[in-house]
Amino acid sequence: MSTKAETIAAHDGLLALLWRNFAGRSGAILVVFFILMAATAPLVAPYAPLASDWNAVLQPPSAAHLLGTDELGRDVLSRLLWGAQSPIVAAFGSVALALAIGVPLGLVAGYAGGVTDAVISRLTDTLLAVPGIMLAIALALFLGGSLLNATLAIAVAAVPAFIRLARARTIQVMAEPYVEAARSVGVRTVRLLFVHVFPNLVPPLIVQATLAMAVAVIAEASLSFLGLGRPPPAPSWGSMLTVGKDYIGSAPWLSIWPGLCIFLVTIGFSLLGDGLRQSLERR
Amino acid sequence: MILLGRLGSILATLFLLSVIVFCLQLLLPGDPATILAGEDRSPETIASIRERFGLDQPLPIQYVRWLGNAVQGDLGMSMRFNQPVVSLVLSKLPVTFQLATMALVIAILIGVTSGIVAAVYAGTAVDQTLTVLSVFGFSIPNFWLGILLIMVVSVQWGLLPASGYVSPLVDPWESFRTMLMPAFVLGSQLAAILMRHTRSAMIEALNTDYVRTAYAKGMPRRRIILRHALRNALVPVVTLGALEFGQLLGGSVLTEYVFSVPGIGKLLVDSVFNRDYPVVQAVVLCSGAIYIVLNLLADIAYVVLDPRIRRGRSA
Repeated sequence: MSTKAETIAAHDGLLALLWRNFAGRSGAILVVFFILMAATAPLVAPYAPLASDWNAVLQPPSAAHLLGTDELGRDVLSRLLWGAQSPIVAAFGSVALALAIGVPLGLVAGYAGGVTDAVISRLTDTLLAVPGIMLAIALALFLGGSLLNATLAIAVAAVPAFIRLARARTIQVMAEPYVEAARSVGVRTVRLLFVHVFPNLVPPLIVQATLAMAVAVIAEASLSFLGLGRPPPAPSWGSMLTVGKDYIGSAPWLSIWPGLCIFLVTIGFSLLGDGLRQSLERR
Repeated sequence: MILLGRLGSILATLFLLSVIVFCLQLLLPGDPATILAGEDRSPETIASIRERFGLDQPLPIQYVRWLGNAVQGDLGMSMRFNQPVVSLVLSKLPVTFQLATMALVIAILIGVTSGIVAAVYAGTAVDQTLTVLSVFGFSIPNFWLGILLIMVVSVQWGLLPASGYVSPLVDPWESFRTMLMPAFVLGSQLAAILMRHTRSAMIEALNTDYVRTAYAKGMPRRRIILRHALRNALVPVVTLGALEFGQLLGGSVLTEYVFSVPGIGKLLVDSVFNRDYPVVQAVVLCSGAIYIVLNLLADIAYVVLDPRIRRGRSA
């Protein structure tokens, strides 16, 4: 089995397919743009995100402040650029964590069946019963507001979807003749699960992970909107909207830009997920 | 029968839900008795609270005691309103139900209609436009859409009230007007989801043999689409709608906050701001329980709607 060379070749094929897919390409561009925004904010931002200019409070967009200033005279553009960091960190962090917890549980449930499966499945049902955002809010509240805790809370809310997906796919794959063949020649359980079953889980998991990141971005914004994300004065799009909400009539620029950013990142991940699904189906 | 087996797993799920909600309080950093004491932190008060709430007992005993009370409808007192948590949540539920129901109706009207249209005109510009709109509807954050609508519809045009709540029993028309924007915002995401599912289910149904037969018989197209294809396509959509109703309760949190609609979502947000932990626990528990019951109702609806399942399983 020349797995390594094959995976790389297949990987290249997927990226090429993704690039030819309109949704995939647009999504990838958006996501990369916002990752770069988060990474380069310290270099690009015209002002320090926390610097107040008391002579320029609630200024509409101007040459000095391209997107205006907020109620404390801080530059909205600079805060917007810095604000890209927490949704990106929360999206990748929470989904990585949810994958790390959910996939092994789903694999084990699908493989073992019986009582193990019943216990894991009931736990999944329970976590799915509480609306994701409510669960995340409750967890973040009890853990205390911080970016790390928000990421943890979002991860817990995202886990059940990964358990379900991994479990369903494992059951499907276990019925395949080659798995039976591997088992009959004495391949051990751990090796069977990771070498023969797990690779079949990767394509649907990639799609689910990308879509989960879209949800995570909205969840992070919601939590910081409620003051459960990165604590102020640190810039985050959600908390910028909290302020904007109080100035809807007088300073609409405070709400428009951070919301637009959340919207675009979410759309980016959704489109990327759709594109990946279509590309993977075509392969 | 079929549903009896489901009952066992539902009870198990409810049990786990109660364990999770109970365990939430263990996440609180610091001593719960001190937190419950609030402003008054004298050692005597803390000691008496610890005894009153049984916080000096081992955890499993605390849980059993808590569950015993919970089953009798006692989930503790709101620290902020000094009122039983359960009655507080129950008093807010009707508002959220009204909002979620209106959102569901709006979502079905927009989602199913545009899904049918997209399926009938699959591959054309109409289909593509509707699909792009559904991506937008799915990705737009509720609270931002709410803020934008208030900005335009209320502040600029002055058409609809920006916030508040009027009971339909007092003034049905005014109640409808105040709820319209929040319900649209809350339903937008579900509309997008329903549109996608209706579209793919309809495309599938329109390609079946019985639809071809109906065309061959010379049946009018309109009748084929609405009577034959739609009826079959709707089965999974109805189930989805019922399941998503639970998600609407979750989505109502931020929508209610933005529009100041006094339902359980706003109660949750207010409790977050007030650090009113028992209320948060009760809201999570109630929403989870409601979802589990809805799930069961969706299963029943599924059986009623699709005779194949009814016969298939009882045979």
